[in-house]
Amino acid sequence: MPLLEIKNVKKYYSTPRGLLHAVDDVTMNIEKGKTIGIVGESGCGKSTLGKTLIRMEDATAGEIWFDGQEITGMQHHEFRKMRMKMQMIFQDPYSSLDPRMSVYQLIAEPIQTYKLAQGKKDLEEKVFGLMEEVGLAKRLSNSYPHELDGGRRQRIGIARALSLDPEFIVCDEPVSALDVSIQAQILNLLMDLQKDKDLTYMFITHDMSVVKHISDDIAVMYLGQVVEKAGFEELFARPLHPYSKALFSAIPVPSIHNRRERILLKGEITSPVNPKPCCRFAARCPHAEDICRQTEPKLRDMGNGHFCKCHRAGEV
Amino acid sequence: MAENSKLLEVKNLTVHYETDEGIVEAVNDISFHIAPGEILGVVGETGAGKTTIARSIMGLLPKPPAHVISGSIQIEGQEMLSDKPESKGFFDFAQKRARSADERRLERIYREIRGKKISMMFQDPMTALNPVLYVGDQIAEVIKIHENVSEAQARERAGEMLELVGIPADRYKEYPHQFSGGMKQRVVIAIALACHPNLIIADEPTTALDVTIQAQILEMLRDLQKKFGTAIMLITHDFGVVAEICDRCMVIYAGEKVEEGTLEDIFDNRVHPYTVGLFDSMPDMYDNSLRLKPIKGLMPNPMDLPSYCSFYDRCSVRCDACKDGAPVLREINRGHFAACSAAAGRGEVE
Amino acid sequence: MSKITTPAMVKLNKKTKGRHKETGNTPMQEGLKRLRKNKTAMAGMIIILFLIIIAIFAPLIAPYGYQEQSYTEVRLGPSLQHLFGTDHLGRDIFSRCVYGTRYSLPIGLICTLLGLVIGGGLGLVAAYFGGRTDNIIMRIIDIIQAIPSILLCIALVAILGNGMWQLVVAITAGTIQGMTKNVRAAVFMVRNNEYVNSSKSIGVSDFQIMIRHLVPNAVGIIVINAVGVVATSILTISSLSYLGVGLVAPTPEWGAILAEGKQYMAVAPHMVYFPGLMIAITVVAFYLFGNGLRDALDPRLK
Repeated sequence: MPLLEIKNVKKYYSTPRGLLHAVDDVTMNIEKGKTIGIVGESGCGKSTLGKTLIRMEDATAGEIWFDGQEITGMQHHEFRKMRMKMQMIFQDPYSSLDPRMSVYQLIAEPIQTYKLAQGKKDLEEKVFGLMEEVGLAKRLSNSYPHELDGGRRQRIGIARALSLDPEFIVCDEPVSALDVSIQAQILNLLMDLQKDKDLTYMFITHDMSVVKHISDDIAVMYLGQVVEKAGFEELFARPLHPYSKALFSAIPVPSIHNRRERILLKGEITSPVNPKPCCRFAARCPHAEDICRQTEPKLRDMGNGHFCKCHRAGEV
Repeated sequence: MAENSKLLEVKNLTVHYETDEGIVEAVNDISFHIAPGEILGVVGETGAGKTTIARSIMGLLPKPPAHVISGSIQIEGQEMLSDKPESKGFFDFAQKRARSADERRLERIYREIRGKKISMMFQDPMTALNPVLYVGDQIAEVIKIHENVSEAQARERAGEMLELVGIPADRYKEYPHQFSGGMKQRVVIAIALACHPNLIIADEPTTALDVTIQAQILEMLRDLQKKFGTAIMLITHDFGVVAEICDRCMVIYAGEKVEEGTLEDIFDNRVHPYTVGLFDSMPDMYDNSLRLKPIKGLMPNPMDLPSYCSFYDRCSVRCDACKDGAPVLREINRGHFAACSAAAGRGEVE
Repeated sequence: MSKITTPAMVKLNKKTKGRHKETGNTPMQEGLKRLRKNKTAMAGMIIILFLIIIAIFAPLIAPYGYQEQSYTEVRLGPSLQHLFGTDHLGRDIFSRCVYGTRYSLPIGLICTLLGLVIGGGLGLVAAYFGGRTDNIIMRIIDIIQAIPSILLCIALVAILGNGMWQLVVAITAGTIQGMTKNVRAAVFMVRNNEYVNSSKSIGVSDFQIMIRHLVPNAVGIIVINAVGVVATSILTISSLSYLGVGLVAPTPEWGAILAEGKQYMAVAPHMVYFPGLMIAITVVAFYLFGNGLRDALDPRLK
């Protein structure tokens, strides 16, 4: 049984211009101990999906089953126990830590909130244990976030998420604000922790090389919908959706040998307000035909665990 | 290389910031040049001093707290830094007057050439545009300032510039907020190119954009560069972008140039352990080895740089000799420089 | 790559090296450090401290009692005996002004504190919960704000009568709407920070988030505003007393002294000058302190 089952989850916001379909009918399973990477450009709804899964935002429709329990309909006090199992690591290590709290206080906060420590001594042990786990020196416990660099701050964020012993962590662009050399340290840490604690990650990012490095499965999102989903090797070797193809070909590769033919998309991502019932990518798609502009494609199984939401998948 | 073939020449530039906490040694003794029509990539991490270099060239350093300690910046042979020393004493009125008169003179020259000979593109297209003016008028403004043209002519030229960067000219009378991020960056490029400058300094021009948009912008930048023969100094932290459009590349670490060379030199024959470490830290799209090899540790505090090699503490190939003094920039191959005592030797052997 | 050093830099380096501690400075401590270096703030604070000392030791400092009359020394100009001169009843204006600090300062501070607790609470709740809660609270505040605060105070004193506590109620009522708006704005700025989301994702309760994250991070801006409110409150006290509501003669409140002196302005201008000067100094001191505080605690607002 998968750890997390997401069935037809939708998240709409009403805006002055109409209904914004931030997440539109997403269905997927996440197996325990695996990482699912969510990629897409800004505004595609990937962060909203992550927040909806751990009920930072309430889903408009759909079901989320975590460990055999449906969580969208739960009362708040019921969900409190579940929340410990589902944590989040935030994108910006600069704004996601309260500047007035020391490293110790920041890591102790979740433990105190759930009264998981017996007495001061126990709390101290737990906090220092977590600091060691994420690679923060003990002497930093009295430091404040503004005195630390981005990498160390992100380690604090990771320690906070780990402190409640979660099973599932939504990582919302955890390395995109960091320099490459620091980014590698954090990615290694996340992967080590996953191995040690059998954690399940949802890794949200716009950086293709990072997502390929860390994920088992990858879902590509476009305007609130999952347009393609497959194992990482399969997806990168054989992208089927024209958007994925363009996305992959646009990645700047730090090498002067692999000169590839680029697929340059025309136009930009449009806003997902009151979308028409057609393929949402049709306007930018180099292969769009009449059918694409008239009916919405379904997410089809193309074999080998590869799903694609395109009328012409496999043809072009 | 003949003297006149250098569009921009920076020699021994050292810039410090004097803050309440101490002196930040942002740029230390950096020299480089850009030839006409060349694209130079400047790569470094946060705090390496990339933006300070760009601002020094544009004459846009905030003074105080910034102080140009030494060095020279020549744009088409014209010296842009004051040679009058900064006065040390409180009562050195004569010297202070001489210095500030000289600075005013240079500022006048800068005002002439900024936008005309050199222009700058900023990272965040949102803040680089004035939200209450039509985008078209913002382009026309630059043309009006630098060229002796009528209002109508300037407008017409601005419309042409919009078309050139792929925006229909009938969007002239729209405000920046009506444009998406990529479109705004196109407008910024149009402003930068409006007077056909010889040099554009682009400070992380695509960092705020999505990859598909980044690809569009880079493609366009390359096309326009070819068309006008403009030289570009491209500041970035992404070697992928460098590989995409640059001719030459230099790597900055803690305010110092650690390696410089052609793309072949840097991508295939890199010698400085920092450059090597940067490449090793990047997840490779084609090789999925499970663990990355990050550079250990952090960049040294720019308020407290060591007297020896500033990469020493993080270096994997360091030796005792590295601690003896600052490494000297050595030419390893023709046009390929590296500042590493340990690696320079190896480079020659290879 | 040689390091270039000039003698001036070496000196500066020596001065600054080792002074910055690597760790363990709260943002508050760093703000206070900047505050100590801020000359305007320090000037304001010294004057305020000086006034507080005067208030505490008023009986020791004042050479005469504030009620003490002397019919032989009526409306005398400033002299060594009577530094600020005497009034129409022969009372020593210096002594009266000294005692006056015992009214303006404490009432100003108490009203601000009360306003902070009531208005601040409302603003905090409005900003954090937003939506309908925010709407209801802010519309009520808007209605109150439609009445000029000085009129509101006069009306309240007219209903409640003259006296110390009545004045406190009236002035506090006048500060609430401003406080609510300030605190709401300050909390709004903090509320959108990702760390609030981070705590929510952990499951920290709303009340805890308000107390532990929102208030400490908004406190800088709130305090800066509150210092300004103290100054306006002091001004309001004096204005009301001058108009004959709140504290009236013979209370040695500065506004009241001023009101008594105004009819003799042509013959004895010192009766107006000195109490007016006291009001001005106090108000300016608070404003200076408030401005300095803003520069020190929030360098971005400069």
